[in-house]
Amino acid sequence: MTDNILEVRNLTKHFKTKRGMLHAVDGVDFTIQRGQTLGLVGESGCGKTTVGRTILRLIEPTAGDIIFEGENITKINQKKLKNVRKDMQLIFQDPYSSLDPRKTVSQIISEPIIANKILKTKEEIHARVAELMSTVGLAARLFNTYPHELDGGRRQRIGIARALAMEPKFIVCDEPVSALDVSIQAQILNLLKELQAEFHLSYIFITHDLSVVNHFSDEIAVMYLGKIVEKAPAEELFAHPLHPYTQALLSAIPVPDLRDKRERILIKGEITSPINPPQECRFKKRCNYAHDKCDEHPDLVEVTPGHLVACHLVNK
Amino acid sequence: MDKRDLVLDVKNLVVRYETEDGIVKAVNGLNLQIERGKAIGLVGETGAGKTTTALSLLRLIPKPPGVEECDHMFLDGLDMLSLSVKELEKVRGKDISMIFQDPMTALNPVLTVGDQIAESIFLHEDVSYAEARKRAIEMLEVVGIPGERANEYPHQFSGGMKQRVVIAIALACHPKLLIADEPTTALDVTIQAQVLDLMKNLRKHYKTSLIMITHDLGIVAEICDEVAVMYSGNIVERGTLEDVFNKTKHPYTEGLFNSLPNINDRKAMLTPIKGLMPDPTNIPVGCPFHPRCPYMGEDCKQPQWERAISDTHFVRCSAYDRPGFRIEREER
Repeated sequence: MTDNILEVRNLTKHFKTKRGMLHAVDGVDFTIQRGQTLGLVGESGCGKTTVGRTILRLIEPTAGDIIFEGENITKINQKKLKNVRKDMQLIFQDPYSSLDPRKTVSQIISEPIIANKILKTKEEIHARVAELMSTVGLAARLFNTYPHELDGGRRQRIGIARALAMEPKFIVCDEPVSALDVSIQAQILNLLKELQAEFHLSYIFITHDLSVVNHFSDEIAVMYLGKIVEKAPAEELFAHPLHPYTQALLSAIPVPDLRDKRERILIKGEITSPINPPQECRFKKRCNYAHDKCDEHPDLVEVTPGHLVACHLVNK
Repeated sequence: MDKRDLVLDVKNLVVRYETEDGIVKAVNGLNLQIERGKAIGLVGETGAGKTTTALSLLRLIPKPPGVEECDHMFLDGLDMLSLSVKELEKVRGKDISMIFQDPMTALNPVLTVGDQIAESIFLHEDVSYAEARKRAIEMLEVVGIPGERANEYPHQFSGGMKQRVVIAIALACHPKLLIADEPTTALDVTIQAQVLDLMKNLRKHYKTSLIMITHDLGIVAEICDEVAVMYSGNIVERGTLEDVFNKTKHPYTEGLFNSLPNINDRKAMLTPIKGLMPDPTNIPVGCPFHPRCPYMGEDCKQPQWERAISDTHFVRCSAYDRPGFRIEREER
């Protein structure tokens, strides 16, 4: 029996725009097991952030089901949702804009505790904030400082402490290290891993950085224009990428190792518009192997256990 | 006497910004030499002084608050320090040019891209505007944009396309030295791959020397011949790719490598550098890295200078005066 913390079925989000329907997310399915990390990779505009926010119902889905801990939360009312949200939190990309500049570190971290009436007395709240700060490695002397006094790495630690305040089971990490320098990035990645082990957390890790996702995830889903094109355990995906887009994406990573002489696959053009996308395979216009069959969108099919691909080349 | 054919020779460059909150020491006695046709990667984290160095080479440091001191700065034999503002205008864009990080803000939104490329050619070369415009269209095609798009405005182009336009402007007059400041940071990986590929080919074609400013060691491995690692306003280690990547000497360079996820070994734990980059208004005495350095000793608090490991490899670390000293990252 697998222990799924989250199951997403046919998740779809379309936005109405002046120029037509924007298909941000188009029928995405996946599950996350408790204590595991799903990496969601793709380039700007592929819909990865929309997936993260729709799961938390910060954006209402157009269609599909979100099943969190066995309960379908797609349609539940705001009051019930508030309860569920204690268990699901979000860490934002930009530690510079996601913190209120007029609040101190302790005010920011205590906000969810007060809003949800978890603790009542000042002393209890103070003790809990101090505990959270030490969990994420923030020195106690920073209690009354403001975000602008701190560097990016420390600010991201505040964001993490705030997310942990509700003792969540599941966290959506939306590009949590993209704005940070490499030496600081490594500190934050290690912290997130330690917290996962300590509190048995499950993550969705959204990123465009493939070397980070490979290091961090158990399973990886590659998105292109609102659809998952390939999904596999991290090791399998890096060892045997099957979709032409995944192959190009992996070969495009600049590797800081002189002995790594990988053949680079350049793909032509740029991501096409997600507004009123045609019925054909979304990657067809940039694909080096496109043929007649690609006029029809391929389904995501399991080729080896746990490895799913949406490509006519593979799914004969 | 240095017999190498140097496009750039800078000695003892100091740049500081004198502000009300204190003196920001951005660049502290930097030496940089680039041979003709070579590409050097200037690597470091935010605040290391990479961009200030680039701006100083273009003589674009705002004064005040900036203050510059330098023993000498030669661009292909030309003494950059003695040039007047008017003379500098002739050099910038012609002999030395720069690609900025953010293609979204580097272009003028109210001029067509064709006019923006032509402007640079018209200003620097003795040609009619019609001729400059014709060459602008050729330049566009060189960077992989159809010539008929010359009459379009920057907002009609995607990020990757805009960066191609910026590259076209920078290379329009075949500069001797091109400085690229994080040219692909704002781009997606597949687009980054396209732009890097383009830069690599154009550099070969025009035999331009390149300073590639980046925080990404992967990009350096891809297109540079040499690397200089910057920390707190100075170069702490420099050498060929082979020297710095495979025979790493400086503890900071080692720390940078250990912070990177290894794509071929996903289980390896990351070893971050402890602490933070020092505040440039208050740089530690001696080696600026010593408070974060695992090999710190008493000698590190003394003034530092560069030691030659080989003819091409230099390290600014006094620990190499200790008998038998070596860092953990093994020779690979």
